[in-house]
Amino acid sequence: MAARPDKAEQRSRDIATCACPFCGLLCEDVAVRTSAGGTVAVSARGCELSRAGFARQSAPGPGSPRVAGSAATLEQAVQAAAQLLREAWLPLIGGLATDVAGMRAAVELADRCGAVLDHATSAAKFRNLLAFQDRGAITTTLAEVRNRADLLVVIGTDVVSRFPRFFERIAAPRGTLFGLNDSERRCVFVGAKPPPDAPGRSDWIACERGDMPDLLGALAALSAGARLDAQRVGLVPIERLRELANSMRAARYGVIVWSAADLDFAHAELAVLAIMRTLTVLNRTTRFSGVPLGGTEADLTADAVLLWQVGLPLRTGFAADAPEYDPYRYDARRLLARREIDVLLWISTLSDLPLPPQTDATPAPPLILLAGPNAGAAQHADVYFPVASPGVDHGGHLVRTDKVVTVRLSAARQSLRPSCAQVLRAICGELSRC
Amino acid sequence: MLMCLTGGRVIDPAHGIDGQVRDVYVRDGRIIEAPPDAPEAQTIDVTGRIVMAGAIDLHTHIGGGKVNLARLLMPEDHRKSVCERTALTRSSCGHAAPGTLACGYRYAEMGYTACFEPAMLPTNARQTHLELGDTPIVDKGCYALLGSDDFFLRMLAAGESQARINDYVGWILDCTQAIAIKVVNPGGISAFKFNQRRLDIDEPHVHYRVTPRQVLRALTSAVHELKVPHALHVHGCNLGVPGNADTTLATIGAAEGLPIHLTHVQFHSYGTEGDRKFSSAAARVAEAINANPNVSADVGQIMFGQTVTASGDNMMQFRNAELGSPRKAVIMDIECDAGCGVVPFRYRDQSFVNALQWAIGLEMFLSVSDPWRIFLTTDHPNGAPFTSYPHLIRLLTDRAFRNDMFEKIDPEARAHSTLASLTREYSLYEIAIMTRAGPARTLGLADRGHLGAGAAADIVVYRDEDDRERMFASPEYVFKDGELIVRDGRLVRVTDGASVHAVKPDYDRAIEAKVADYFERYQTSSAAGFRISADELHECGSKLIVHSCRGAAP
Repeated sequence: MAARPDKAEQRSRDIATCACPFCGLLCEDVAVRTSAGGTVAVSARGCELSRAGFARQSAPGPGSPRVAGSAATLEQAVQAAAQLLREAWLPLIGGLATDVAGMRAAVELADRCGAVLDHATSAAKFRNLLAFQDRGAITTTLAEVRNRADLLVVIGTDVVSRFPRFFERIAAPRGTLFGLNDSERRCVFVGAKPPPDAPGRSDWIACERGDMPDLLGALAALSAGARLDAQRVGLVPIERLRELANSMRAARYGVIVWSAADLDFAHAELAVLAIMRTLTVLNRTTRFSGVPLGGTEADLTADAVLLWQVGLPLRTGFAADAPEYDPYRYDARRLLARREIDVLLWISTLSDLPLPPQTDATPAPPLILLAGPNAGAAQHADVYFPVASPGVDHGGHLVRTDKVVTVRLSAARQSLRPSCAQVLRAICGELSRC
Repeated sequence: MLMCLTGGRVIDPAHGIDGQVRDVYVRDGRIIEAPPDAPEAQTIDVTGRIVMAGAIDLHTHIGGGKVNLARLLMPEDHRKSVCERTALTRSSCGHAAPGTLACGYRYAEMGYTACFEPAMLPTNARQTHLELGDTPIVDKGCYALLGSDDFFLRMLAAGESQARINDYVGWILDCTQAIAIKVVNPGGISAFKFNQRRLDIDEPHVHYRVTPRQVLRALTSAVHELKVPHALHVHGCNLGVPGNADTTLATIGAAEGLPIHLTHVQFHSYGTEGDRKFSSAAARVAEAINANPNVSADVGQIMFGQTVTASGDNMMQFRNAELGSPRKAVIMDIECDAGCGVVPFRYRDQSFVNALQWAIGLEMFLSVSDPWRIFLTTDHPNGAPFTSYPHLIRLLTDRAFRNDMFEKIDPEARAHSTLASLTREYSLYEIAIMTRAGPARTLGLADRGHLGAGAAADIVVYRDEDDRERMFASPEYVFKDGELIVRDGRLVRVTDGASVHAVKPDYDRAIEAKVADYFERYQTSSAAGFRISADELHECGSKLIVHSCRGAAP
């Protein structure tokens, strides 16, 4: 059964501003147009991620749940999912790309059935989180960057591939509170090449990814005024780094920007610790803060909800009727690779997150999938719920990259698909019945 | 359904009732007058027991961004304090910064039925309300934090009229669903972003050229003129700095006779006497509070052990970071709005400074004469987790116990404190004022904190035990809105639909256009998205109760 999002009645209309849920910036000024057929298209102030995101949610797809490959009613699918979870020793609720309401329901369900919770992109997030839990952090938020930052040191990322409107909206817009203008802002890219819309005075220190940990260690030492005997780190002359450290000390309100997803090397948490050390030293004399970019696929939303309800971050398990946090043991990839879980419930309501890689040695665990209409994994799922998408089909809340602003999403169109929260609550209710 | 608690000794200071035996009737979640004809009622015999209204904590950091950062920072502390899933309750954990579930459960088990989050950043209001919506059983409310936000400081620096400032304050209260206004290190959180490391009360902000005294004056006036029941809630300059008692006295002066509430005043009552240049100035500050009826205070008592401090005052928390244990800290500038600083602390009874802080808090409690103007808090979790309240009540009500504890602290601190000479013991009536009637009155909660007809049936029944710590840790019965939720200190029912209390002062909505223009020019989020409606609050998990803005309840 193929249907446009579903059979809810649509009117074509223009929405002048709505919040875009497809990256951690959660821009609230995107204009979209909904068609009578139920498609949603970006009409102004979009970026490639928002255009692709809304388009993906507009494509036709299965309208009804499936159990073992055949169409089923929502009730039948809920019963089938509950049965799988009831029989499981250790379920994993993964993906977790959903809004606050969906995550609230996921935490309740995990507690109810003794599951582990981990997010699809946790590997990146934990590069920051482990450093944070070890030493803390000095950070700032987007409006402070917009109005105050006179020096941006960008580590290992071009920013715009993952956060397309960062420079346009945050780091180089016209008009600031304290008279800071574009010509006074300086941007130094360490690693990735500056994108075309970076602020006027952008420098580039090219560096191999493998040299990044050493380079950040050297920068921390130089910021503290240490003398280094080495002449270069990888291909970068020490003199170049000393100049950078000097300009960082001279900045009035500097920021170090990074995206943990781009620090894709072993033990990147140590590199993040070096960034934190640099910031601690710089703040003895001036103001300098970190801007760790994230929040895409609702990773920070998932973490925030679990933290506030339970007191622990992701990679928490609820076996034995008590929460236990273990960033190594409850890593979803490890649990799947080692077959330590026996049911996978995967939530992907924003984009189409690929399932974690699995070994072929043993049969994959049963899969319960809550995803959009075109989920690649739908045909492999034992139980599949086509669910609504927050910010497209229904309102909701997502946490922005800086963990301060929670953005309210609104529905761009009518939808008959249930939300992730509704499905999870129904499964939870079914589990409570017997 | 009619219920009657019969034979109990009622302590209800709002009505001057001190231990008289009275029956308390409840119908549909409310306390009612004794019905004239003795109808069929479910009767609970509480003969010999003490009956009070549900307790109210008017200053406890239980939700919002900085609390979530504190939770994230403390996994080693949380591991030791697990709240297991039961047939009734869900899993949660945390000692110093518990999850919202554990927080609601534990407050209810101690007989608390309402808790007020005192530092909601307007830009973080939505998350705060989402967290409070997930805090079960107890009612909540929030104080919106102003005074270092650039919109306000620009108005003040531009010499805008008090009336326009009032409009902005009214708009903030309305949009963020708050019940009061708090200021933290007035102007100082902003000054820190300009690399100012201290800001004394008459020192100008390096960019705006306004002083904390001007900030205090504008905000005390706004709160007063908008007729918000609770006075401006003030976390003053120089938190934790030896000699800051002078600043505290100057802060009282800055109010110029208008109502002002000094929060966690223990942290602001330090002198500079002695070899260590750190001494108690509790007597001086208490004397000023006693002499100025426009002033109220909560104490922010510290207790020995591990906790985590979470404050909007990142200027001072940055200085405190090196004193932290375990040694880690989060310092954050926030959204041209405010900031936060999170630093774990382990207060030790053999540390001179910590032991003296402990004594200063108790001296303060015992030296402020009017229990209607002093409130029982540990500034959870900054002085200690709220679960230490029963122990604190024993320290206040039992002089022999207090002196035993005093004997155990650092001897040098003992020599610097007058605590042993203070003979006062708080009565249960005074405890009921500090923890029920007083907070309800100052916040303008007309139907809470008392047991008169029309009040919400939030009721606690205690065994009258000599050991007040045991008594207050484990009430025999707790009722929330008339439903039995706790029996012998254990939850027996988890109720839904707790409320958020807020005020809606009158203000000129013309301010919205100015704010929208400012957001458009300088902010990175939208002004339209800033407002939290009653419907959205419901989505967050709470029912909205609006209280009158015609001044404090009588």
